[in-house]
Amino acid sequence: MSSISNPATLFGLCGAALVGIGLFTVIVHPGLLRRIVGFNILGAGIFLIFGAVARRGAGAGFEGDPVPQAMVITGIVVAFSATALAVAMLQRLFDLTGRATLEPPAPEGRPGSET
Amino acid sequence: MNALLDVVLVAGLLALALHVARARDDQGAIVGFIAFGFLLGLGWVRLASIDVALTEAAIGGGVTGLLLLRVEAHTRDSSAPDRTARPITIAAAAVLCIAVTAGLAFVILNLPSPPPTQAPAAAAALDATGLENPVTAVLLAYRALDTLLEKVVLILALVGVWSLAPDHLWGGAPELRPAVVPEPLSYLARVLPPFGVLIAVYMFWVGADAPGGTFQAGTILAAMWLLVMLAGLRAAPDTRRVTLRLLLIVGPAVFLAVGFLGFAMAGGFLAYPAGAAKPIILGIEAALTLSIAVTLGMLVSGPSKRAPTS
Repeated sequence: MSSISNPATLFGLCGAALVGIGLFTVIVHPGLLRRIVGFNILGAGIFLIFGAVARRGAGAGFEGDPVPQAMVITGIVVAFSATALAVAMLQRLFDLTGRATLEPPAPEGRPGSET
Repeated sequence: MNALLDVVLVAGLLALALHVARARDDQGAIVGFIAFGFLLGLGWVRLASIDVALTEAAIGGGVTGLLLLRVEAHTRDSSAPDRTARPITIAAAAVLCIAVTAGLAFVILNLPSPPPTQAPAAAAALDATGLENPVTAVLLAYRALDTLLEKVVLILALVGVWSLAPDHLWGGAPELRPAVVPEPLSYLARVLPPFGVLIAVYMFWVGADAPGGTFQAGTILAAMWLLVMLAGLRAAPDTRRVTLRLLLIVGPAVFLAVGFLGFAMAGGFLAYPAGAAKPIILGIEAALTLSIAVTLGMLVSGPSKRAPTS
C-alpha cells in the first residue's frame, strides 16, 4: 500500500473518483450535451490515472515516465476530436428535431414539447 | 505545504466534477467544466508533467469549453429535458459507478513496487534524437506512429463534422460571429493575436528541449484565429477552399512522406537517418503545428452555416 500523502497516489485516487462521476453523468443525465461533458470528465479521470503511473515511474533524471505522459497528450487530442464530432452530431439532431435528447418525448403534450 | 495544495486541488476537481453532474442548466455545467480543465492543468503540474499541463489547459479546458459553449448557445431553446431517469436506474448506475471507482482505487493503492518505467530507455536513446525533451522524443521519434495516426484522427473528425452540414450548404463557411460583437472582444481580437503568435512560435521552438511542442503551439494559434473569427474581423473560410484543405493536410502529408523516406534513408518506416533526426523532427513539427492550428479552428467552428460563395 502506498501512502495517500504521495501526490501520485492522491491524484490517482482523484482520477478514479472522476471516472465514477463522469460515468454516472453519461448514464443518468438525459441531456446529450451534459453527457458529452460527462464523457470528458471520465476521460480526464483516466488520464489522471495515467499521470499517477507516470509520476511513479520517475527515473533516469526525469521526474516522470515520458511514455505515459506522451500517451496522455495524444489521448487529450483524440478526446477533443471525438467531442467535436459528437457536438456536431448533437447540433444536427437539434436542427432536425428541435430536441437535444434521445429520450422519447413526454406522452401527453407537455407544454414545450414539440409534437 | 505542497501536500495541502494537492488536497485543495483534488477537492476542487471533485467539487467541480460533481457540479457538472448536478448543475441545473447546461451553461453552468460547461463553465464548471472549463474551470475544471484549468484546475486539472495545475494538477498535472503537481504530477511533474508540464507538457501535459499545457495541453490540458489549452485543449481540455479552453478549446473544448469554447466548442461546448457554442453548441449550448445553439441548442438552448430546446425544451429542457426533465430528469426522466427512474430512481431504480439512478440507483443501479450509482452502484455501478461506485464499483468502478472502487476497483480503480484498489488498483492504484496496489500498484507494483518498484514501479515499472520506460524512463531509462527513453533517456538512453535521447542523444540519438538530438532532442532534450523526452516527451517530444516519445511523440515524434519512439512512438511517432501513434502521433501520425492521431493526426489522421483529427482530419477524420473534421470530415465527419463537415459532412453533418445540410446538402445545400456543403462547401460553405461556418459562422462563429455572434449577432452583436461586444466592444472588448473586438479590442482583444486586435491586440492579442500578435502576442499569441509569438508565444506559439516560442512554444513550438522550445518544445524540442523543454516543455512545449506542436499541440500546445497549434492550439494557441487556433485560439488566436478563433478570436479573430469570433470578433468578426475575418469571416471563416469556405470549407471547399483549396488553400484551406491544403493547410489541413500539409502536416500529416509531410509526416507520412518522411515516414516512407525512412525506408530509403534509414531502413524502416518513420526511421530517421542518424545525425539528422533533430532537423527532420523540427520540420515535421513546423508543418504539423500549422495543420493542427487550422484543424482545431475548423473543428471548433463546426459545420457550414452559409452557402458557398460563387
